[in-house]
Amino acid sequence: MFPAAFDYIAPASLDEVLRILKEGGDEAKVLAGGQSLVPLLKLRFATPSLVVDIGHVEGLEGIGRDDGTLRIGSRTRHADVERATDLRGRLDLLLDAAPLISDPLVRNMGTVGGSLCHADPAGDWGAVMLALDAELVARSAEGSRRIPIAQFFDGPFTTTLHPDELVTEVAVPLPGIRAGGTYLKLERKVGDFATVGVAVHAELDGDGNFSRAGIGLCAVGATSLKATAAEQALIGREPSDEAIAEAARLAAAASEPRGDQRGSADYKRDVVRVFVQRGLHTAVDRARRAAA
Amino acid sequence: MNLSVTVNGTQQSADVEGRTLLVDFIRTRLGLTGTHVGCDTSSCGACTVLLDGRPVKSCTMLAAQAAGRQVTTVEGLADGATLHPVQEAFHTEHGLQCGFCTPGMMMVAAALLERNANPSEEEIRWAISGNICRCTGYMNIVKAIRRAAEQTVEVHSEPVPASGSTAGVS
Repeated sequence: MFPAAFDYIAPASLDEVLRILKEGGDEAKVLAGGQSLVPLLKLRFATPSLVVDIGHVEGLEGIGRDDGTLRIGSRTRHADVERATDLRGRLDLLLDAAPLISDPLVRNMGTVGGSLCHADPAGDWGAVMLALDAELVARSAEGSRRIPIAQFFDGPFTTTLHPDELVTEVAVPLPGIRAGGTYLKLERKVGDFATVGVAVHAELDGDGNFSRAGIGLCAVGATSLKATAAEQALIGREPSDEAIAEAARLAAAASEPRGDQRGSADYKRDVVRVFVQRGLHTAVDRARRAAA
Repeated sequence: MNLSVTVNGTQQSADVEGRTLLVDFIRTRLGLTGTHVGCDTSSCGACTVLLDGRPVKSCTMLAAQAAGRQVTTVEGLADGATLHPVQEAFHTEHGLQCGFCTPGMMMVAAALLERNANPSEEEIRWAISGNICRCTGYMNIVKAIRRAAEQTVEVHSEPVPASGSTAGVS
């Protein structure tokens, strides 16, 4: 298999990328790591007339911190998040999710921003960033804007990003000291899409009650989902077995899985419940340990 | 477009279409057929090459994405007539049957040992989790990579007799 013909351009600067996107509109497709786009091109599900490779643009890669924000350059590879072990104890969710994405070879090429913009409903980063309330920094020739992740996914493989915009950064609010999280993924084998993926992030206040809870789900809806009702039910509550079980039920109720070769809808919904429950217990344990 | 890329230490320059996949460039244009096309859908890892030292699937990237970078294929593992420790170990432990997945497995193994000279069995299995072998059940592949690690460490300290192979029935 090989892609249909297209014009290829690899600009050396962000300004040039943005100018090309402005002129190219819908016909131009951005290539980051290519781990989703190249398969689509080969299957000819995608037949853009212009592919804009951002691989040579400086400043889109790496993980940094400032102003209480973790800044993940959009072209940062999954493998680089996997190796950012200094995040342990602060953003466990990122470190737990990264090694579960596809397989080691794909993680060496695939990028955080590319995966988010591909907007696969089974994409792991979607659930993770929803749990963390991340924002995407989108640049265009006209300027820049920040898109809260909860307003980003518009449908399967569809986002609210404009055709002339490029995501340059994923901004994750750095949590306080009493924080923990984890990512749970059911997959048939390494490299398969998730049957169910659940991202959990929790922060505790001085009394040990939930001050914040983030729950993101993937592969159980038309987009990655934020289990908002479950999150809100936890705020201010003591992390008791009952409170966690209730949140898990609410998250399962918010999921909209479809039965397929990976399992029935009922089965997947129950996996959401079990994973949210397990994930919250782990997140709380980690938050308590981080504070101790 | 004109593509300039370093393959196994040699600078290569060629006029390619934007849609040319790296694996096709390597096999068809450079004639390096050690890199295999297996599934052609990013599932099996038979096409694994090293891009700036990191293993990647050459069927799932454009040749253009390798521009200005270092590509290593299985042909680049040996140093002249001297096999790479990973190649030696795959031979000694019989880490293959049909051999189709072997180039990809060895590239992953070589990259792993560059980063981690003494990987555990679990770390080895994790590293090869993107590469499928349909013959061996992976046992001898894992053994071979362990042996390559041990040999590399030993070569750096002192030579030992090449007896004591644990190669079993495969």
